[in-house]
Amino acid sequence: MDYAPNTDQQLKDMLRTIGVGSFEELIHAVPGDVHQRSLHVPHGLSEAQVLELTESLAARNIALPQVTSFLGAGQYHHLVPTAVDALSSRGEWLTPYTPYQAEASQGSLQAIYEFQTMVCELLGMDVANASLYDGASAVGEAAVVALRATGRNRLLVAEALHPHARQVLSTYLQGAGAILQEIPTVNGLTDLEALAKALKDDVAGVFLQHPNVFGCLEPMAQAADLAHRVGALFAASVYPISLGVLQPPGAYGADIAVAEGRCLGTPVAYGGPGLGLFATTQALLRRMPGRLAGCTVDQRGQRGYTLTLQTREQHIRREKATSNICTNEGLIALRATMFMSLLGPQGLRELSEANLSKAHYAASHLQELPWVRLAFDQPFFNEFTLRYEAGITPEAVNRALLKAGVLGGYGLKTWYPLLDQHALWCVTETLSRERIDAACEALKKVRA
Amino acid sequence: MTTPLIFERSIPGRRGYRYAASDVPPIAPVEVLPAEHVRTTTPAWPEVAEFDVVRHYTRLSQLNFSVDTHFYPLGSCTMKYNPKLNERVAAMPGFAWLHPLQPASQVQGMLELLHGLEQMLCAITGMQAFTLQPAAGAQGELTGLKIIRAYHQRRGQRRSTILIPDSAHGTNPASAALSGFSVVQLKSGPDGLIDLNELKARLNGEVAALMLTNPNTLGLFERQIKAITALAHEQDVLIYMDGANMNALLGICRPGDMGVDLLQLNLHKTFSTPHGGGGPGAGPVGVTQALEPFLPLPRVRKRGRQFAWHEQGKHSVGRVHGWFGNVGVLVRAYAYIRTLGREGLVRASETAIINANYLKARLRGVLPVPYDQHCMHEFVMTAKLLKAQGITAWDVAKRLLDYGFYAPTVFFPLIVEDALMIEPTETESKETLDQFAEALIRVVEEARQQPDTVKRAPRRMPVERLDEVKAAREPNLRWRPAEASCPTAPHG
Amino acid sequence: MDVPPALFYTKTHEWAKREGAELVIGVTAHAQEELRDIVFIEVPAVGRQVKQGEPAAVIESVKAAFDIYAPVSGTITRSNQAVAKAPQAVNQDCYGQGWLFAIAPSQPEEASKLLSAEEYHKLIEQAAH
Repeated sequence: MDYAPNTDQQLKDMLRTIGVGSFEELIHAVPGDVHQRSLHVPHGLSEAQVLELTESLAARNIALPQVTSFLGAGQYHHLVPTAVDALSSRGEWLTPYTPYQAEASQGSLQAIYEFQTMVCELLGMDVANASLYDGASAVGEAAVVALRATGRNRLLVAEALHPHARQVLSTYLQGAGAILQEIPTVNGLTDLEALAKALKDDVAGVFLQHPNVFGCLEPMAQAADLAHRVGALFAASVYPISLGVLQPPGAYGADIAVAEGRCLGTPVAYGGPGLGLFATTQALLRRMPGRLAGCTVDQRGQRGYTLTLQTREQHIRREKATSNICTNEGLIALRATMFMSLLGPQGLRELSEANLSKAHYAASHLQELPWVRLAFDQPFFNEFTLRYEAGITPEAVNRALLKAGVLGGYGLKTWYPLLDQHALWCVTETLSRERIDAACEALKKVRA
Repeated sequence: MTTPLIFERSIPGRRGYRYAASDVPPIAPVEVLPAEHVRTTTPAWPEVAEFDVVRHYTRLSQLNFSVDTHFYPLGSCTMKYNPKLNERVAAMPGFAWLHPLQPASQVQGMLELLHGLEQMLCAITGMQAFTLQPAAGAQGELTGLKIIRAYHQRRGQRRSTILIPDSAHGTNPASAALSGFSVVQLKSGPDGLIDLNELKARLNGEVAALMLTNPNTLGLFERQIKAITALAHEQDVLIYMDGANMNALLGICRPGDMGVDLLQLNLHKTFSTPHGGGGPGAGPVGVTQALEPFLPLPRVRKRGRQFAWHEQGKHSVGRVHGWFGNVGVLVRAYAYIRTLGREGLVRASETAIINANYLKARLRGVLPVPYDQHCMHEFVMTAKLLKAQGITAWDVAKRLLDYGFYAPTVFFPLIVEDALMIEPTETESKETLDQFAEALIRVVEEARQQPDTVKRAPRRMPVERLDEVKAAREPNLRWRPAEASCPTAPHG
Repeated sequence: MDVPPALFYTKTHEWAKREGAELVIGVTAHAQEELRDIVFIEVPAVGRQVKQGEPAAVIESVKAAFDIYAPVSGTITRSNQAVAKAPQAVNQDCYGQGWLFAIAPSQPEEASKLLSAEEYHKLIEQAAH
């Protein structure tokens, strides 16, 4: 099956109009020794065959709604309102590209303008862009901004920043001549004394995550203050759903706020597409990566929207651009806009509080088991680190739980080898009290 | 006719979505969080009903041109039809609702799909191995440049420059600069192709790679490609191919057979995943055997009948994506390739090439084509002859909107003055191409006879021509609740 | 085309005017017309050392950005904050209100190699054909 509508007869007629006798004449520029004779992919399939094939593949995966999942660790499972799916699947949203021709793209542009506004409001920042790829690459882009804005070359990164974000950051900086220095963690929080010591006048930026990878709430205001004292930028990586109850980055003086925004209205989809949120202060506007929609007027004076400040971008500035990004995550940003509209401020608060309440309920019940302890004595939002005692390992726990249809907390040993008895548990609004209770019951059967 | 902002529809207290009442004891934030952490402000999100949201975003959608509604000949972007089947597949709960930290045993179907996609991309391109991580073409380029750096470093060399033809996409030099390379521009020859003498003059031990696009942005196949890659390889200069134009090559030739060392594919172009108004895309990177050790981790591997993520590899450039890439996009591309299969893919490229050449033939004499030979999947015209009437390619683009066609890519590539870059793709019918040709012929006539009509276009869109100078001089990038920050009250 | 006779010029369309020990720098009417509506200007910080031919300022229109090169080496002594706030001044009065920055030359002999008005005029005439 293919989707090319022209019939063989039409193609023949078209070749005649072109003035060639055969298709081969058209591609005479392709040298004979690279011209391919056969393509080794399977034969084409009908729609029904593709459905059968992909359904059988999908059936070999355990989908989150089928189980009770306590997995978070950077990707959070949240409800997606039906209206988001219904609206965003319209062809007028799915199938345009970047709105280069503003007058024929007012829908996309107005939605981006609304998105930028809602993201600014969520994060408490001055300006937000139209999206980056994901939360991790947003950290990488923030680093580039910090290096270029300060002209310095050292970046301080919390050990409690998600390890994948640190890895992406490190990849992004290869060749940039920058030094990455990790700031250690003490009792689940970034060590402010170590941070203060590391803050010299060669530091371009300080990167913290809030809540951090262990679920703990970081001393963001103090860290920001320390960074600013030496003229470094402070960048915060945050979790959008937490911001119904937690202070936004703007409130504690962040210069750059980034987030994985996929949780706003799009399913996890095995970790991608994501949605990189990127917001900053007015002062850093011209250094911002990515697209921006702005409000203006048409020649009759009527309100309209257009891409603007494009001289920052690669298609104009080429090697001097603020970033190389072109295609972003437009559709996921649109879904987030619809999601934020549906929730409104009240819905966000309720969602945030539901996560907070359920996580604290689960944490206290899990600790009723004699071998389960909260690893860090710190406030948390919807995720917390447990330490298992009596020689019980996260692997053993999760094996036992899976039999009861439960995906237990993520064992932290992979990321932090010293934390081999530790697991990160996350509880979102998707889990009912019944499911939480059932998981606690199942845990009682675990033995060393 | 425009439509008010969603914020302007807001009524305090109105709700669009409700969560279930709490089934655990509700906790107020101040009970468990220190006061310094508790939010004291309320984000000014709109307060609207579900139906308000549905009507608002349905109306907004109707203000867009899209592939589903209009011919979208945006050169270099391959705006082909996006099959509905692929949306259905990607939405299957067994793909859409997986957590990336689920053990491999719980996601065998997903891993098999990703592995299968890699295999098919290898077969199509002639490369040895692929990473699916990069989230878009430009991130694929960035990944490729990190690999190039790592390759030379491993051989004890610090090579500092990347050669890039002056016809290249802007992402190429931007990606090179972001990777710490300096960019040396290669001046194209009189035929619009890479000039072998220019290349020879620029090749030296400082050059890490040549980044080329084939077919190039003029839609022309680099006929000397074998000579180009051989020359570069003599000096251990790697060949990076920007695969943005791969839609011209399916089943016709393979970059691997041309001497390309690494390339990125844009699945949202060639493999028909929807562009989504700007993304998400996917930019898998394929490499030769020599470069495989440098690919990002983790990589999906097959052991016996089981699939698993392989995390080890001391030469890897590391991660470029937070997880495994834009999996939802990869699923769509997989479904697309399986649907078309070998016959369909070849037919796609052949038809894309015939469509482009046919449209070029239909427009012969209307506007000049500066590098006029048989093209591959796209071609570039120039509007410079209309300068006498004060008309630019931008004006022509705007007037085409009035005739119900999205505009070609304008002002690119940079080596063509006042360029109009047209890519019809294989999914447009001859009838549509004929209609578009008629429209462009009329626009050019208008430009000559009543230039004001063209200069003031568009007139039939929801808004007339927008003041971009004002937008840039006085950036208004967000609505503010306190003031009427947008210029005039909207209609409708 | 307006090419004031008392100024000096570069091939990259900057003009320079002697004011005491300083050279005041701007862009020519020709450059300003090619750029069309200027929407943003970044002027150099006072005190910055620049080398001849090095990018010192940036001028942007909606769809293009251009580096403005230092015609001579030296230290930036003044920069025009008014054009940074209202870039249209360069479109309106490129030889007056639209000046960009001033340099105290460190190698005065460089200035003697700048183009005269006549030479610059010839240059843009040739480019037009």
